[in-house]
Amino acid sequence: MRLVDDLQLPLDDRERTRREFLARIGAAAVGVAGLGTGVTAVRFLRPEVLFEAPTRFRIGRPEDIPVGTLVVLPEQRVYLMRASAGFFAMTAVCTHLGCLTRYETEHNVIFCPCHGSRFATDGAVVNGPAPLPLPRLALTLENGALVVDTAVTVTRDTVLTG
Amino acid sequence: MNRVYRSIVRHGPLDTNRNRSLAVFGNFFLHIHPVKVRLRAIAFTRTFYLGGLSAASYLILVVTGVFLMFYYHPSVPRAYEDMKDLQYAVYMGPFLRNLHRWAAHAMVALVFLHMVRVFFAGAYRPPREFNWVIGVLLLVLTVLLSYTGYLLPWDQLAFWGVTVGTNMADAMPVLGPPTKFLLLGGRAVSENALLRFYVLHCVVLPLFLVLGVCVHIWRIRKDGGIYLGQGEGS
Repeated sequence: MRLVDDLQLPLDDRERTRREFLARIGAAAVGVAGLGTGVTAVRFLRPEVLFEAPTRFRIGRPEDIPVGTLVVLPEQRVYLMRASAGFFAMTAVCTHLGCLTRYETEHNVIFCPCHGSRFATDGAVVNGPAPLPLPRLALTLENGALVVDTAVTVTRDTVLTG
Repeated sequence: MNRVYRSIVRHGPLDTNRNRSLAVFGNFFLHIHPVKVRLRAIAFTRTFYLGGLSAASYLILVVTGVFLMFYYHPSVPRAYEDMKDLQYAVYMGPFLRNLHRWAAHAMVALVFLHMVRVFFAGAYRPPREFNWVIGVLLLVLTVLLSYTGYLLPWDQLAFWGVTVGTNMADAMPVLGPPTKFLLLGGRAVSENALLRFYVLHCVVLPLFLVLGVCVHIWRIRKDGGIYLGQGEGS
């Protein structure tokens, strides 16, 4: 930084270094204030409270769901399947780019309208750009009701025997 | 000549070259041109006026956009209802909305063609290299304006378009998830996302674009106007 030299003033070294020191300290203060403002602004834009639907919710009683049924919950974006091995829940959000899939009963296939991915009722990719199968979600039995937590994924072989 | 007129227009009658030069020099809106412009520089086939047309479509977008803002609430479900209202009930609503949409499409195309023209003319050559960089930033701002405006009708196309777009940002390593969260103001495309995209679309991005365009034009002016080939106008 050449702040004083450019002025071509007949300054002694003491005065020169004093001015340079003050100029640098001023620039540093502006820098720190600017950085602080930037960090605070980004932090401000991160909401403290989200008024979104809770990730944990009850689905129903296991005895009401016959074996081989896929229950569709479009509001919560969740599928509940009762396979012969037991119950499992999986997300209805496509693993490609996050669109909401739908269940096509006539073909017994889960279809994504955005880019045409197709999944089997166990979540496996049948075809299309989806890179991964539909992940399974944590499913528990509480007071005789099935409870799913969309924030927790479990392995693809997890089933709830009920 | 009365005193009020003389206080606004400070040059004499346009009967000499000097006064004609002063008219350009002393006018805020005309001073984007050098005082003397070569005929070759304003020939249509040199630039096809693509930069100017991009700026003109931006002007149309600002005017129609401000009109649309008088009827639009960035909230759920009012946004969609207001869009339908503009389409079916508001006087001249469909005209304004369609003009805004077509001008937006035109601006993206014109900015792209402008860059193609500059590239093939070699107008990015020194000392104009940094102005190309500013031009790239302006292209990015144009695309971002186009994208943020896409959410505002709050229809199915908008909702899933933004779901897909923010999931693309999400795929970025490390920075992806926080970027998506900040953009949406939550975990899913919701009312927060609509309000954020609205503020970006109507305030933040247009301000940056105007600032960028000012610097862009100012630099062209300081480099002696439109690029006329190597040796520039000699």
